[in-house]
Amino acid sequence: MGDTISAAIFQHLVELAALELDEEEAAYLRRELNSQLRSIRELEAIQVEDSVPITSHGVPYTSGTRPPLRTDEARPSNEADDILAQAPEVENRYIVVPDIPSETLE
Amino acid sequence: MTAELCDLPAHEIARRVRAEEASAEEVLESALNRIRAVDGRLPTSDPYHSEPEDRATLHAFITVAEARARGQARAVDRAVAAGQDPGPLAGVPLAVKDNFCVKGTRSTAGSRILEPFIAPYSATPVERLEAAGAVTIGKANLDEFTFGSSNESSAFLPSPGNPWDPARVPGGSSGGSSAAVAAGEAAISLATDTAGSIRQPAAFCGVVGLKPTYGRVSRYGLIAFASSLDCPGIVSREIRDAALALGVIAGPDLRDATAAHAPVPDYTEALDGGVRGMRIGLSPDYFLLKYPDPETGELREQRILPEIEAAVQHAAEALAREGAEIVEDVRLPNTRYGIPAYFVISRVEAASNLHRYDGVKYGYRHTDETSDLRTLYRRTRGQGFGPQVKLRILMGMYVSAEQYEKGYYRQALRVRSLIRQDFERVFDPAGPQRIDCLLTPTTPTTAFEIGRVYGDSVLMQYADLLTVTANHAGIPGLSIPGGLDSSGLPIGIQLLGPDFSEARLFRVARAYEQATSGEDWRALRPMVPA
Repeated sequence: MGDTISAAIFQHLVELAALELDEEEAAYLRRELNSQLRSIRELEAIQVEDSVPITSHGVPYTSGTRPPLRTDEARPSNEADDILAQAPEVENRYIVVPDIPSETLE
Repeated sequence: MTAELCDLPAHEIARRVRAEEASAEEVLESALNRIRAVDGRLPTSDPYHSEPEDRATLHAFITVAEARARGQARAVDRAVAAGQDPGPLAGVPLAVKDNFCVKGTRSTAGSRILEPFIAPYSATPVERLEAAGAVTIGKANLDEFTFGSSNESSAFLPSPGNPWDPARVPGGSSGGSSAAVAAGEAAISLATDTAGSIRQPAAFCGVVGLKPTYGRVSRYGLIAFASSLDCPGIVSREIRDAALALGVIAGPDLRDATAAHAPVPDYTEALDGGVRGMRIGLSPDYFLLKYPDPETGELREQRILPEIEAAVQHAAEALAREGAEIVEDVRLPNTRYGIPAYFVISRVEAASNLHRYDGVKYGYRHTDETSDLRTLYRRTRGQGFGPQVKLRILMGMYVSAEQYEKGYYRQALRVRSLIRQDFERVFDPAGPQRIDCLLTPTTPTTAFEIGRVYGDSVLMQYADLLTVTANHAGIPGLSIPGGLDSSGLPIGIQLLGPDFSEARLFRVARAYEQATSGEDWRALRPMVPA
């Protein structure tokens, strides 16, 4: 099977997904991905005419069921402290992050 | 065991509380006592060492919100004493699946990455249930971010057990919700269904599970999995309770642009209207399907468990005696592609939704003196997410990456259209078949043993084989208890109808519930509570 997920492709996916994995976990995940692909390949056998539209959600929204646009107006919220309290590190109501990798451009 | 207040159906609890025959506090105490008796040790994210007693108890809750619930129950009792109506769910103990935000409670989605998260607001359906008098007794365990059909992927262990046999899974992802309702720890549960996550565990636990039409219930405050498929819904012991609760949570919400502006009927009004003249369809495509062999894992054409097929036939006969017309051989040929298409669509949406967890704004953060921002992301996500979550993110990346995707995503969205067209054709009131609702099995098997399937992500996904089509199409699905198999495990039967036909599904389910009320299995109760 030419298009199984190779170790190199897998490593690229891990980069895209911003994950750090240990070896054992990586081996399990790559095996399961390839196993899922065998099921996904069932889709290749289905003849779908070009006229069949793409469905992004099942139920169509009609003029009767589509929610009206709401007016664009600011509403006060008193939840700011509760929301800020959820951040792992805060200083003077700023959320703290470690150094952002950067390079100086010529 | 004599029936306690917590064993009463929700509508009866609310009636008694409103009539001052019982107080909301008494009902709450009854449910808390039940939790103490059957739930066992509280699941945690600590390294898990299994104990034999873990498989005799249910572990349905990640958080029991005792103090908050007491405050709510007292408020309901005060309202009654002051002559006010606390609402149609007055004093009803409610388990909220832990992927909904409930203000002031830990809302984890079953994941370590959200373990420290205290929701600063409540989800719309939670707000509506509480405004109707329901008392949130706790947050129910689930598969991590709902990714599973057994609850074993939760970061909070021990994972829930099935009240009918705690060595077996309760199903998933709403396993804690279904176990809690089946065992009387709550009268109803607010849960979610993305591929079968309400209906499959409801079937495994012998309770009622409703996935409403997509857009019927607001998703505001729901921790997202696959936004085009996720539906909040209800788990209950009786049909009437699901109808009552849907009436409370359904309806437009300015905070969710996908919440439909369709009017909300009184779902309890026509409940006893019967099925005379209704055309109920049976489809061979729900009995013979391609799915992995449970022993070898090979994808092959198989019939579902004969006892489950027999239960569906039995239900058809019961409904026919009540005056329904049973239409056989209703073809829905794309049913078998539901899981392959779901493997693609749900993973792409999940990967996108899960990018927000980065250790910066809320939730778990990996702290390390030397890390820069990118390392922080990778380590936080590497340690915060469990394997099933990582698997979904990686597959989502693969099938949506330009260089790899081979048209899978577009093909899956087209197949989704074909599945929708199957239903539109058979439900068309001007079409040749004019089906009012379909009667199918909910699951290909009954509850399996804990540890038997977990780890095999393909076999686990196929547990949703018969339920996922309703999520692709957006139509409502209702799983109801349909008997017990030869091992004494519950069998679920499923009703599927056109968009916004929930009232009709409840009516058919109620007719079946009444027609079979005298059958022996109806008198049998789960092993837990003993």
